[in-house]
Amino acid sequence: MSAQTDPADLPGVTKEQGPPGGAASRVPGPRAGRGGTDGAAGRNGGGEGRVLNVFSHGVLVIWGLLVTMPLLWAVVSSFKDDTEIFGSPWSLPSVLHFDNWARAWDKANMGQYFLNSLIVVGGSLIGTMLLGSMAAYVLARFDFPGNRFLYFLFVGGMGFPVILALVPLFFVMKNMALLDSYHGLILVYIAYSLPFTVFFLSGFFRTLPTSVAEAALIDGASHTRTFFQVMLPMAKPGLISVGIFNFLGQWNQYLLPTVLNVGDPDKKMLTQGLVALAVSQGYKGDWSGLFAGLTIAMLPVLAAYIIFQRQVVAGLTAGALK
Amino acid sequence: MKHGKYRFIAGFLVLPLAIYAIFVISPFLQAIYYSFTDWTGLSPDLQVVGFDNYARLFKDEVFWAAVGNSVTLLLLLPVVTLSLGLFFAFMLNVGGRRRKKAVIGGVRGSGAYKILYFFPQVLSVPIVALLFQFAYNPESGALNAFFQAIGLDSVQPDWLGDPQLALWCVMAAMVWANVGFYVVLFSAGMSSIPKDFYEAALLDGANRFNTFFRITLPLLWDTVQTGWIYMGILALDVSAFAFVQIMSVGPGGPDYSTEVLPLYVYQKTFRDGQAGYATAIGVSLLIVTLIFSGIVMRLGRRERLEF
Repeated sequence: MSAQTDPADLPGVTKEQGPPGGAASRVPGPRAGRGGTDGAAGRNGGGEGRVLNVFSHGVLVIWGLLVTMPLLWAVVSSFKDDTEIFGSPWSLPSVLHFDNWARAWDKANMGQYFLNSLIVVGGSLIGTMLLGSMAAYVLARFDFPGNRFLYFLFVGGMGFPVILALVPLFFVMKNMALLDSYHGLILVYIAYSLPFTVFFLSGFFRTLPTSVAEAALIDGASHTRTFFQVMLPMAKPGLISVGIFNFLGQWNQYLLPTVLNVGDPDKKMLTQGLVALAVSQGYKGDWSGLFAGLTIAMLPVLAAYIIFQRQVVAGLTAGALK
Repeated sequence: MKHGKYRFIAGFLVLPLAIYAIFVISPFLQAIYYSFTDWTGLSPDLQVVGFDNYARLFKDEVFWAAVGNSVTLLLLLPVVTLSLGLFFAFMLNVGGRRRKKAVIGGVRGSGAYKILYFFPQVLSVPIVALLFQFAYNPESGALNAFFQAIGLDSVQPDWLGDPQLALWCVMAAMVWANVGFYVVLFSAGMSSIPKDFYEAALLDGANRFNTFFRITLPLLWDTVQTGWIYMGILALDVSAFAFVQIMSVGPGGPDYSTEVLPLYVYQKTFRDGQAGYATAIGVSLLIVTLIFSGIVMRLGRRERLEF
């Protein structure tokens, strides 16, 4: 349809008002017939389309405002002092109080929490990707007894309420002396990211051609070497998608650290730290510091999203579109 | 060769499987066992008490309040979120001015809208929940200040402090956080529907409203169904816990009006020292989840349309 010329440009179609049949009878041939169709649809849809267009822009702009206003409001409030936040929530700050940010970063420990999240998510993301792709590869490409059982064991974890497992998990972690430690959290993050990772990557490995791996094996490469040097590079698009999915999921993880990482206040994750900050600043009345903390937590993720927009959207929607 | 293959398989599976078994599978199985005991969680002593915990559930008013609220979220959150997602996605893809070459078209700047709408999806639940908590603050929150500014001085609801409103306030935040994802998801699905379908329908005299229900929705049904299950699990489990725990008074209040099942499990374990009873609540949450997934799967079993 895109290569089609406008009906008015076609020789012989003199009046657009004519019925499509008429236009087609004057200029025989499929091209003209299609052109007439276009004109007819235009008459039906023209007025309705214009009203719809105004309406749709209207509602889309309203939702756009609803999405951005709270975020902008937080950023603006992070530059105000407390009287301004309470007295006039909607006004712009009279003076830019950058000290709120410094206070949130140092005194309220946001800098430390940020670092904690980086350490834990860094470790767990590498672990998840490595272990997840290994398990997914074996389950997707090798036949062995129990393969289906293991696959459903992994995938089944996606649909169960995590909170149910958390009660015993707390005591499992306690007995293994893993509570309130980076490595303990890393292991748990990996474990709870495996179901989706295995589900997604095994689907992905199944779509890759078998011939390349076979050629590598015939050339004398071991299975392990074939996996790391041939299959993983081929699976790069899938790895990026699921990597982004896991990064965001683990960076934004709140439930697991809330239950398993409560002993040492200096080891809080960013999400936990933010909530703790909200509670403590609520007592102190330091709302501006809290807004600065919120903004500090919010902006890096939003910035990363805007830069890697295409990949992030692909990564997060990949699981649902399959 | 064969020997090498099995060694390879075992070598690759042992570590992921061990981690998964220790931190996911075994706690799940233990939870089901603990639900039949009087374990406090504070000491290792416990006795098997049969179905006592489950019998106690029936008389526990807070539990039934939590079931009611969780089921309310489960029924409404997916419907509201997915409807808004479908509506905005349809507006983005079909609401555009008619162009020369195509009968239907996306609105101008649909890419920018999608980038914007997706923002909440990348933010953590605490960020969103805290933002809304401030907005709802009755004294200095953005909402009541807005009402004052437009002259509605008498309309100053207590929002999260009002038992009639609190759950709706939490739900609004959850909807806000999730709509964007579905706009983008459904939008991707809609753009892959061939334009000829719309052309044919419009030519036959259908209006755009009809094309949505006769063309768009049926062809997107698989994606809608997946989204429904995602949103349902979100309404029952982790996300509901985080939103309620951070936003509500108490948390779970006022007057248990926002108490939800996962929060109640958490409170019974770590606040009240009744781990055995808490796991029984958790098992009932599992049952609600399974019933829900079963119903959605069954509802969705229809002929798959290829295009």
